[in-house]
Amino acid sequence: MKAIEVHNLGKQYNIAALKTKDNETIIESLVSAAQIPFRRARRLLSGNRTGAADLSEVFWALRDVSFEVERGEVVGIIGRNGAGKSTLLKILSRITEPSEGWARIHGRVGSLLEVGTGFNNELTGRENVFLNGSILGMKKGEIRAKFDEIVTFAGVEQFIDTPVKHYSTGMKVRLAFAVAAHLDPEILLIDEVLSVGDMEFQQRSLGKMNEVTQQGRTVLFVSHNMAAVQNLCDRVLLIKGGEIAASGPTDEIVQTYYDEMSSREPTSLAPADDNWKARYTSITLVNKDNQPADYFPMGEGFTIELEFETRVPLRNPSFGVIIYNRLGQNLLRLTTRETHGMMPMAEYGGKVRLTIDELHLLPEIYYIRVGLSESREQFVLVDDAAQFHVMPRAVYSTGKLPPKSRAIIFEECSWKYEYQ
Amino acid sequence: MLEQPIDNNTSSEVILIQQRDKWSWVYLKELWRYRELIVYLVWRDIKVRYKQSVLGVLWVLLRPFIQMVIFTIIFSNVAKLPSEGIPYPIFNYAALVPWIFFADTLSNATTSLVGNANMIKKIYFPRLVLPIAASFSSMVDFFISLSLLFILMIVYGVPFSLKMLLLFPLLLLAHVTALGVSLWLAPLNVQFRDVRLATPFLIRIGMWLTPVAYSSSSLPAPFDELYALNPMAGVVEGFRWAMAGAETEPGLAVFISVLIVLGVFVSGLFFFNRMESTFADII
Repeated sequence: MKAIEVHNLGKQYNIAALKTKDNETIIESLVSAAQIPFRRARRLLSGNRTGAADLSEVFWALRDVSFEVERGEVVGIIGRNGAGKSTLLKILSRITEPSEGWARIHGRVGSLLEVGTGFNNELTGRENVFLNGSILGMKKGEIRAKFDEIVTFAGVEQFIDTPVKHYSTGMKVRLAFAVAAHLDPEILLIDEVLSVGDMEFQQRSLGKMNEVTQQGRTVLFVSHNMAAVQNLCDRVLLIKGGEIAASGPTDEIVQTYYDEMSSREPTSLAPADDNWKARYTSITLVNKDNQPADYFPMGEGFTIELEFETRVPLRNPSFGVIIYNRLGQNLLRLTTRETHGMMPMAEYGGKVRLTIDELHLLPEIYYIRVGLSESREQFVLVDDAAQFHVMPRAVYSTGKLPPKSRAIIFEECSWKYEYQ
Repeated sequence: MLEQPIDNNTSSEVILIQQRDKWSWVYLKELWRYRELIVYLVWRDIKVRYKQSVLGVLWVLLRPFIQMVIFTIIFSNVAKLPSEGIPYPIFNYAALVPWIFFADTLSNATTSLVGNANMIKKIYFPRLVLPIAASFSSMVDFFISLSLLFILMIVYGVPFSLKMLLLFPLLLLAHVTALGVSLWLAPLNVQFRDVRLATPFLIRIGMWLTPVAYSSSSLPAPFDELYALNPMAGVVEGFRWAMAGAETEPGLAVFISVLIVLGVFVSGLFFFNRMESTFADII
C-alpha cells in the first residue's frame, strides 16, 4: 500500500525574476514588460528557434526526482544545504507547485516545516495553542482534547495563560513544538525541526517522534541530525544538486553521506611546516558580477584570485591552476608559463588573478589544485585548495542535458538532417 | 490538484500534486474545510487589536467623528452644501461609517498575503483564507462606530425607522465590494510592493468620488447617473437613506452596483486562484 508516489518531480526557479522582486515597482515592470516583444524579436532573429524566454537564469532546485514510500515507512532525506530537500518537502506539502512531474499522496498530510508559525506575541499560551493548532490543520475539538498533553509536554503549565511575549525563547519554542508534535495525520512531513530547545527537550522530542513513528504513520524526515535519522528511519534518500543521489538502508546511505562530506573539505593552504619559501595565503573564486561565489552557471566563466607571499625574490615565477573532477581526472591546466608567458619578478608577494572567460563543463562539483613554481623548483602544490559547482542551465533548446556520468564537457551545437 | 478518494479500503483522501492548470470546484470545498481557520484568524486579528489599549476602542469612534466635524465645518458651515433634509453632521457621519468599513476592509485584505508571508511560506492552506479573514476584522469597528451614529441621531432628533434593517444587506454589499477588489490587489501586492503604498492614495480618491461629504443629487447631469458605476455610491447613499432618512432613494443604481460587484468578485476569484501557486515562491 503506497502512501507517497513521486514521479519525475522537478522545480525550477527563475533567478532573474526573483532577483528583481524586492526593488521592482509597477512602473519598472511595466517598462520591462513593454520591452518583451522587442526582446523576443531579437532572440528570434538571432537564431533562437522558439523565441522562448531567456533561460540563462533558470535554476533547477529539483530535477527528475522519483521514489515511492509505503504506508508506515519512515524515510529520512539527507543532503547538503541547498541540495533540494526542503524544496521537495514544500512541494509535497503543497506550499509550492512543481514545474514538472507529479506526486500522489494517499492520506491526510501534516507538515512540520517550521515550528511556531503563526504564533502571536500578544496572545496567551493557551490562545496560541489553539491558533497554531488550527493553522496546522487540527480541528478545535482535537486541540481541546490534547490540550493538557501539549502543555505538559512543553512544560509551561504555570504560564499557559500569560501572553507569549513574556515567555523565554526556550518556552516559546517548546510550546510550538509541542503543538506540532501532537498533530495526528496519517502522513507526516518533517523538516529539521528536532533541533529546538535544550538537550533534555531534544531528547524528549526525539522520543515523541519515535512514538509517532511506532504508531504506523508514514513519515518523511528531512534532517542534518544523523543520530536522529539513524534512530528513526528505516530507509534514507540522499539528495544532491536537486537529484536523488542514493537511496537505501539507513546505515549504508548515512555512511555514503559521511564519506562524501569528510573527504572533500577544501584543504588549508598553509604549508606543512615553516620551511616554505613561497606560499599562497588565500584563494577566492569570484563570479562574473565580481561577487565571491562557489557556484557558477554552465558556460559562465569566473575568476580565481590568489594571494601569495614569498620569502625569496622570485625572478621567473609561474602560477598555475588545475581543475579536476571527482574521479581525479585533470580537466584543465592553466599555468602562467604555458598560457601567459613571463611574469615579472616578485619580491615580497602580491595577488594574481586568473580569469576564465567561459567554462564548458557539465554540472558537477570540481576541485582546484594550485601550484607555484620557478624554473625547476616547485614551491607550492596544494590539492583541493578550493571547490566549485557548475549549475545546470538550459543551454539546449530541448531543455535537456547529457547524463552526468556520460560526458564531462559540453559545447553548443546544431544538427542538420536529410531523410530519404 | 485534489482528487476524490479512489481507495475504498480507507476513508482517507488522495491528493494529486502537479502543476496546476485549471480552476476546480474542489477549491471551494477545500476552503470550506478550512473554515475554522478563518474564524481563528479573525479572532486573532480582533483580539490583538484590542488587547493593546483601552484607547483602541475610543480611536475607532474618534476617526469618523473627527472627520465628520471637519467636513461639517468645511462643507456645511463654510460651503453650505445641501444635506437632503437632515442635519449635515448626521448626513456625513452616516456615510462615513460604511465608507470607513469599506476602506479598512480593502486595506486589510489587500495586505493580508504579504502580512502573513511566513505562514504562506511554511504551511499549506487555501490562500483565499487570508483576505477573507482580513475582511471580517473591521466588522467590529463598524458596529462600534454605528453605535455612535445612533447616539448622534438621538441628539439631533432624527427619527429611527424599520428601514434601518436595510443596513445589513448594504453592509454585505460593501463587504463583497471590498473583498472583490482585494482579490485583485492582494496578489498584485505580492509581486509589486508598491500596491500597498498606492492603495491608501486610491482610497482617498475613491472617497471623493463617492458621495460621502456631498450628495450625488447636487451634481450636474450626467454625473449623477454615472455614479451608479461606483458600487460604494449606492451603498453609501442607500445607507444614509435607510438609517437617517435622507432624500436620495436608492434605485436602479444599487442594482447596477450589485452586478458590477459580482463581476469584480467572481473575476477576482479566478485571478486570485490563478496567481495562488506563485505566492510561496515570490513572497
